[in-house]
Order: sequence, then C-alpha cells, then structure tokens
Amino acid sequence: MTGAEILIQTLIEQGVTDVFGYPGGNVVDIYDALYRAQEAPRHILAAHEQGAAHAADGYARATGKTGVVIATSGPGATNLVTGIVTAMLDSVPLIAITGNVPTDMIGRDSFQEINITGVTMPITKHNYFVTDVRELADTLREAFRIALSGRPGPVLVDIPKDVQIAECEYTPAEALKPAVQKKAAQSEIDAAVKLINKAKRPYLYIGGGAASREMGAQIMAFAEKTDAYIGCSLMGLSLFPNAYERFLGMEGMHGKYASSMANHAADVIIGIGVRFSDRATGNAQKYAPQAAIIQLDADLAEINKNVPVDVGIVGDIKDALERIAQKCKAKHHPTWAKEIAAFRAAQAQMEAAAEKCSGEMYPAKLFRAINRLKTKDTIMVTDVGQHQMWAAQYSELYKPRHFISSGGLGTMGFGLGAAIGACVGTGEKAVLITGDGSFGMNLTELATAVTYHIPVVIVIFNNGVLGMVRQWQTLFFESRYAATGLERKTDFVKLAEAFGAPAGRAQSIEAFEALLQKAMAQDGPFVIDACIDKDEIVLPMFEADSSVDGIITQDPRQV
Amino acid sequence: MRFVISVYVENKYGVLARVSGLFMRRGFNINSLTVDETDDAAYSRITITLNGDENDKNQLVNQLKKLQNVKVVRELHKDTSLERELMLIKVKNSRENRAELLQACDIFRAKIIDYSTDTLCAEVTGEPSKINAFIEIMKPLGIVEMCRTGIVALERTHYIAEELDK
Repeated sequence: MTGAEILIQTLIEQGVTDVFGYPGGNVVDIYDALYRAQEAPRHILAAHEQGAAHAADGYARATGKTGVVIATSGPGATNLVTGIVTAMLDSVPLIAITGNVPTDMIGRDSFQEINITGVTMPITKHNYFVTDVRELADTLREAFRIALSGRPGPVLVDIPKDVQIAECEYTPAEALKPAVQKKAAQSEIDAAVKLINKAKRPYLYIGGGAASREMGAQIMAFAEKTDAYIGCSLMGLSLFPNAYERFLGMEGMHGKYASSMANHAADVIIGIGVRFSDRATGNAQKYAPQAAIIQLDADLAEINKNVPVDVGIVGDIKDALERIAQKCKAKHHPTWAKEIAAFRAAQAQMEAAAEKCSGEMYPAKLFRAINRLKTKDTIMVTDVGQHQMWAAQYSELYKPRHFISSGGLGTMGFGLGAAIGACVGTGEKAVLITGDGSFGMNLTELATAVTYHIPVVIVIFNNGVLGMVRQWQTLFFESRYAATGLERKTDFVKLAEAFGAPAGRAQSIEAFEALLQKAMAQDGPFVIDACIDKDEIVLPMFEADSSVDGIITQDPRQV
Repeated sequence: MRFVISVYVENKYGVLARVSGLFMRRGFNINSLTVDETDDAAYSRITITLNGDENDKNQLVNQLKKLQNVKVVRELHKDTSLERELMLIKVKNSRENRAELLQACDIFRAKIIDYSTDTLCAEVTGEPSKINAFIEIMKPLGIVEMCRTGIVALERTHYIAEELDK
C-alpha cells in the first residue's frame, strides 16, 4: 500500500466516518486514496481551511469523537492554525493531517513549503513529522490516542509527499484506547471531604473538563447531597438544564449575577474540570476571598496555575468525585439557600429593569423566541462577542454537548464552521448565534452549508458595530469608538441568497419569530439578519482586573 | 531561589525545541540548559537551572511532564546531588599580571590550555560558585572572552532511568 492508502486505512481503522478538508498539491495523493477507498470516510469540502478546522472541532465537541481535518502544505497548513489553537484552548480532540513537500525538498523554501510542526509546536498537544512510511500507521494510531487521552487536545501529523507515495506493508490494528487516567490520591480525597463536611456555603464551579466527561447527573446528585449550588464557566454550559433549581448559570465577567455572587460568597468552592480562567475569576487576587478551594482536574499543571488552591486532586475526576461523594455527609444549609434566593431575586430585578429600558429587539427577547421554537435536541453554536455572552446567559439548554462556543481563544469566525461540524456529526439541527462582525470573518462557509444541505439556522445579531469592543469603549474609553463602527453596506439577505441560502431580515420581534419558524422548518441553512440596537450592552460585567466588587449591573447611560 | 531540574527525554528530532519553546511561551526564567545523549542512546538528558519561587518550579515541572517526549522530570536537591560546570576563559597575559594569573589558576586548579604572548586560556571546572569566584578574580586582570557550559548534575545514589518503568 502507499502511504496515502495507509493513512486512509488507518482512519477507517480508528472509526473515522467524516473528515473535513481542502485539497492541494501536496495532499493530492491522500485525496486520490480517499476517492478510491472502499468504505472511505465521508469528506466535507470546506471553503477555507480555517472553516474546515473549526468544523472538525465543532464535530468533536458535539459528538465527543475525535475530529479530523486535512489540509495541504504551506498556506493550507497555516490556515489551520487558528482552528488548532481554538481546539487546544478548549481541550478538544482533533487530528490535523497536513501534506508537505517531498523530504528532499524540505528546508529549501520550496513552493508551498512551511515547517508546520515548528509553527504548531506551542499550539498542539503533540505533533509529528513523518519521514518514513513504515512509521506512518503507528504514528497516526498514537496521534489518535494522545488526542483523546487525559485532557484532550489537537495533534498534527505532517506527511511529506514522498512518504504518501512510498509503498509499505500495511498491518491492520485495533484502535488504541486512550490512556487510563490515574486514580486520585486518597489523602487528597480525604482532605476535600473534610473541607466539604465543614462547609456552610458550598459552591460547585464546573467547566469543560466535567462537560467532556458528561458528568452532569453525577454533579447534580453531589449538589443534592451536600446542599451545594452550581455555577459554571462558558465551557461548562449545557451540562445542567437551566430549570434545575441548584444551577445558577455561567459565572464571571459576563456571567449571571447570582452565579458570580454565590461564587464570591462561598466558603468552599469545588472546581471540577476548570482552570480558573481570568474571564471566570476576574482578578485572581480578589477571587473568592473567603473560600477554601478544591480543584479536580485531569491535568496536573492546572493545579495552582491561576488560583492557589487548598486541595488539588489530579487524575480521573469522575472517579474522584464519586469517592468524595461517598464520604461526604448529607447536609442542609438553610442560610445559604436564603442567600442564594436573595442573589436570584436581585438578578431577576436587574434583568427586568434592563429590559424595561430596552428597545424592541432586546437580545433577551430574541432568545425567548429562539428557546420557544427550538427543540431539546437543537445544538446552540455561537461566534464570539456580545451575542455569545447573551447566548450563554439566555439559551435554554437541556443536554451536554449542546452549547458550542470558542471559550479560551475567543475566536471570531469560529461559529459557522463549528455549526457545520456539529450538524454533520449529530444529524441534528443547529442554531448559530453570530454577529455581523464574527459572521463577516468566515461567512464563506455558507457555500459549504448550502452544498451539504446543513440544517443550520444562522441568526446574525446585526448591530452594525463590533459590539463587545464598542461596549468597552462606551464604559471605559469615554465613548471614543475607534474602529468599531462597521459602516458596511453588506446586505446579508442578498448575500445569503447569492450563496444559495434562503434568508430574511427582522426588524421586529414578530418578524423575527415568523422568520425563525420558517427557518426551523427548513432542512438546509437559513440566514436571519436580526437588526438590533448598536447601543445594547452585555450586563452584568466586571472589568478584567476587578471582581464582583466592581460589578456593573446597570447601563450607566440609563442611570 | 535557584532550582536544578533534570529531564530525561526521548532522543528524537525536535525535542529540544519543544522543551525550550515551552520555557518561552510559559515565561519561565531559565538560567542555564545543558543537553546531550545519555548512556542509552535512545534518551537525552537535559539539565535546567531555574530562578523563581516554589510555584514557578512546580509549574515548570508539571508543564514539562505534559510533553509527550519527556519521560522523567526530577528536581535535584543540593545535598543529595553533584553539580559541575565547565568554563573556558581567555585572559590578558602581560608581564604585570602573569604571576597573579598563574597563581590563581593554580589555586583554583584551572588547567591552562593555551598560552600566547597576549592571552592565556584556562579551563575551570567545579561548582558554579567556584566558577563565579574565579571570574571575579580574573576581572581586574582583564577578561577577553569566556564561555560556560551551564550546569550538569547527577544525584548521588538515585538513578533517573529507574523512573522510566514507573
């Protein structure tokens, strides 16, 4: 078999059913092998390699399987970079396969040559430059194992053209199982139990690590037993139904008031699969001043990285929480419940007050319509900016892996590719919440959505500005709107139609609901240009070097 | 504080770049780094000295452990390990300073490896503190140029490769 054929056979052997990519001179052999192979994975041709990378990422987030993306050497490979880092920062298992110039052309600045292993060294879990076809199959197997082991992440395999052509015996093998995670030390479990048993105001702070292990039910049972409340990071969303009484929503810079306040007031915080990111904690020095912190994580290097913790528990977090739960006493904290109720009441009041001052197309109202018209299976996908935070605050979520968003890297332009990947992976409908800024970055993937008849409803929160940065300018730069007014003449309805997708514009809630109803009934993509006010801001908010002490809960222009 | 970290890595293409790249992107303040093959050609050993606090050291160790090619990471403690460094130093050689120069070399057991009418080149090995002291003595005599290897270190009794099986 040729190297290219071995690659395809190894993908099949690993259970890969879908790959995303874009052909080019140095992967043409791989594409030929894909074309000729029996039972070859389905290939989704993106419009741009970045879109393909985000699609493979969205596919992985929605399914829990490893996403696969293929790109050619040089610009094809460098176009993957943003997609790879996005996956890295959110711990998404991804295999990026790139072609390269033949080994004897390496290092000569040959046409479309780039040292992509060098470029991606800091942004992958690991990467490989395969120089011998005899090592290709095992390298790929190892790459898949690494991507899914421990804390998942992206792995890149760069294959020069001569290795793709070279022939070698192919020996089939079973897919390697991800490395078994170590069990946490008993002493740490005991230390955690001791703290939790003494707690009066326990708070569970849940992140992507718990989401990728789908620990929702386990955590809810633990919260019941210990009478704790739950908040989450952006990556922890969709693990708990919004209606669950102990769930307070996302915390942090733009988190729910009740969740951030509960975190601040807690005396014991149990962080599960979180890295205490600055967007969740604010100023780390001011974070949760009264709390003893217990951190459960698969990654040893996360313990004490951002916030010093009292107990660090490393290893299999599912097993660790199980062992903690067994030893914890059942508790009842009526005072804590009262405090939480007060935070919630204050939050409801703030939200009602903000809505009262708002215009017709108030984002929370749009989300009410979306929540009503989508089903429990609809996957919510976002881009990055104000709309993302509104989506995090207001989306009704029911199932894990049903809220897909670029958290760590905050990649504008992530959404459309990710939504395509999520739809391909699950066969479900997706609603993409995007903004005119984010959508503008990778809207070319509309072509992909139309070609493959992807059931994605694209809702553009169109305010004609880069809303999140503009919000900072409003609040902290005396309304000096440097470079955030888009003043573009883009007609998104015509644009969607030019791509072959039906579309409509909504300037009222009624029009929006009517369009959304139509869109949800469609099988393919549908674009809704929802015109919102450029002066809407996301509340609450606290500044990066601040904490809940500096929380802004009311639009200062309305005071 | 100064920490000495010994890292056992697979002897493969690009491993040093992975390790040094990690220091750069995580902002670690590395003093020295030495690397070469071990008795087993499949492995190289990297010795790192780091300036920082306990937390910096833990982060460095934990981040290193995440690299796929890194097999063992150990902190070496002064009382249980041996540290050596080698320096080549070229100093002005003149009638006025020659006596002092030769005497200092003798006391520090520096080996004179080159001698010309203008300069003298000495090889000094020892603990970093000894090398530093020698440099101080040479300064007023006129250092032309110098080169230090950075620290290599071994634990007195523990054998790092034993950790490979764990």
